[in-house]
Amino acid sequence: MADAPPVLQARDVRKTYGERVVTEVLKGIDFDLRAGEFCALTGPSGSGKTTFLNLLGLLDRPTGGEILVEGSATGAMDDADRTTLRGTRLGFVFQFHHLLPAFTALENVMIPLMARAGRPRAWMRDKASTLLEEVGLADRARYRATDLSGGQQQRVAIARALVVDPVVVLADEPTGNLDTQAGARVLELLHGFNERLGTAFLVVTHDDAVAQECRRIVHMVDGKVDWDRVVA
Amino acid sequence: MPFELFVALRYLRDQRLQTSLILGGIGVGVGVIIFLSALITGLQQSIIERTLGSQAQVVIRPPEELPRIHDAGPEVLQSVTVERPPQRIRAIDGWRQVESLVGRIPEVRGVAPTVTGPAIAVRGEGSIAISVRGIELESYGTIVDVQDRLVEGSFDLTGFQVVVGTELARKLGVPLGGTLRIQAAGDRGGVYTVSGIFDYSSRSLNETLVFISLRGAQTLFGLEGGVSTLEVQGGEIFAATALAARIRDRTGLRAESWMEQSGDLLVGLRSQSMSSIMIQVFVILAVALGIASVLAVSVVQKSKEIGILRATGTSSRSIKAVFLLQGAILGTLGSILGIALGTVLALFFAGLARNPDGSATFPVALTAWLYGRSVAVALVVGLFAAVLPARDANRMDPATVIRNG
Repeated sequence: MADAPPVLQARDVRKTYGERVVTEVLKGIDFDLRAGEFCALTGPSGSGKTTFLNLLGLLDRPTGGEILVEGSATGAMDDADRTTLRGTRLGFVFQFHHLLPAFTALENVMIPLMARAGRPRAWMRDKASTLLEEVGLADRARYRATDLSGGQQQRVAIARALVVDPVVVLADEPTGNLDTQAGARVLELLHGFNERLGTAFLVVTHDDAVAQECRRIVHMVDGKVDWDRVVA
Repeated sequence: MPFELFVALRYLRDQRLQTSLILGGIGVGVGVIIFLSALITGLQQSIIERTLGSQAQVVIRPPEELPRIHDAGPEVLQSVTVERPPQRIRAIDGWRQVESLVGRIPEVRGVAPTVTGPAIAVRGEGSIAISVRGIELESYGTIVDVQDRLVEGSFDLTGFQVVVGTELARKLGVPLGGTLRIQAAGDRGGVYTVSGIFDYSSRSLNETLVFISLRGAQTLFGLEGGVSTLEVQGGEIFAATALAARIRDRTGLRAESWMEQSGDLLVGLRSQSMSSIMIQVFVILAVALGIASVLAVSVVQKSKEIGILRATGTSSRSIKAVFLLQGAILGTLGSILGIALGTVLALFFAGLARNPDGSATFPVALTAWLYGRSVAVALVVGLFAAVLPARDANRMDPATVIRNG
């Protein structure tokens, strides 16, 4: 894994909020995530985990430093290029599932593909259906997102994150809102995809049990990486 | 189906109550516009048809005769009372050249030489003051569709034949093929056979207007070879005054438009149009505010979803398009509802009261142009109303809205 190329890199990344009262949330972070890695990002509340995840996911711009996706610097990119990169190389799983309630499970999975023209709708449907089948929700494809349980919604969100064949999936507390059983199922799915597809995963979590199942743990405190270790 | 349209339609379907309410609002607004426009246009058309259906847009006459003061010579003190001379029927000098000159003006659609003068129609003991109009059927047909007004007989003016109105025929008791005497000033007159009877939908015209041949009128009024008026039909009816001015400039003759002859009517028509436009502007404004407020609320309600869409690779341009499309769809669907509502309302209103001849007392003008214009206005209003909400959606920072909802 150490020889694998980095898919996501942070170089001296800083982030401050506010103009009159400046709050420095990230204080210069260097971080590499390599292809196929399964990494946990831990730390107490307010340590800057989610802010860092949003910067890595190109949802926000750092105040200083640089984010690289597959070796390409993103700082100078305009919003359209960042959106394209985000939509084609990165996947997201959020704590509160964040599915679109007006759409069915299948449509939610198809949305990232539909947002980029070029593929036939039937191809998109097939791909989304396959992923729904892989997360065990083939029979719920036509259900509205709001008619699914929390665990099912998170599995749909995982399928949606993977539908664009991303190099990395960024997951923000993916089990944080689920009961133990559903959380375990979600984690099992993430590990399964990591092993089968070689997709890298960066999982923000408060849960030590979740972190312990990751091969690498990066711990943040007060806007900096406190320690970074590989678990056997 | 494009992605943006797919999302826009789904959002509209998802917010059924909001969508239904705003569609109802747009429908009522457009319905009011359709109804008002159809009614006011119909009434105006009816009034104009009645007024202009029987007369030319511009009438050219010879200059008025002015009094001339006899010069008593130098150093002679004279007391003078100036009186306007009686206006007798006079011919237009060189009327054929004038006709040709006027006919070359681009907006002129027809020029008809006529001889018009007063006379008395007599049959037995009965007599009625009439206005005789001598015409050439072919040229006069370009001014007024007289054939269309014929209710009996034919429009045959050859020899001593006349076409009279229904009211004159009734009052003098003269049937089709019957005869009457027409007596003009200067002891000129003759006996004419009624070849046709017309109905101008105007009691006074039906009673007083009598058509004879141009040549017959020239003889009757002592204008051999001359014409007293040239009647002109132009294109746009409200451009008649400008046309009259051009004719005056070119010919030096008196040229008067229907608008100058019927000033009160014009003021009435313009007031109607202005009030209709004012009502429509305020209705459009209300519709625009309705669409804008619904979409603004929708942007706030969907802020987290907008964040998710942005996070999963939807461009800000697509997000903007989703809300613009919603505005356009609401405008278009609302206008279709409005067309249906306005049409039903207008037809119902038109059917409420009928004239004795069966025509609607309140005629309505429901035209493809009116429908097309209403859809276009609603579509444009929908798009404009959606611009601000779409801009707000476009500016949303995905990280912030995902975090804060």
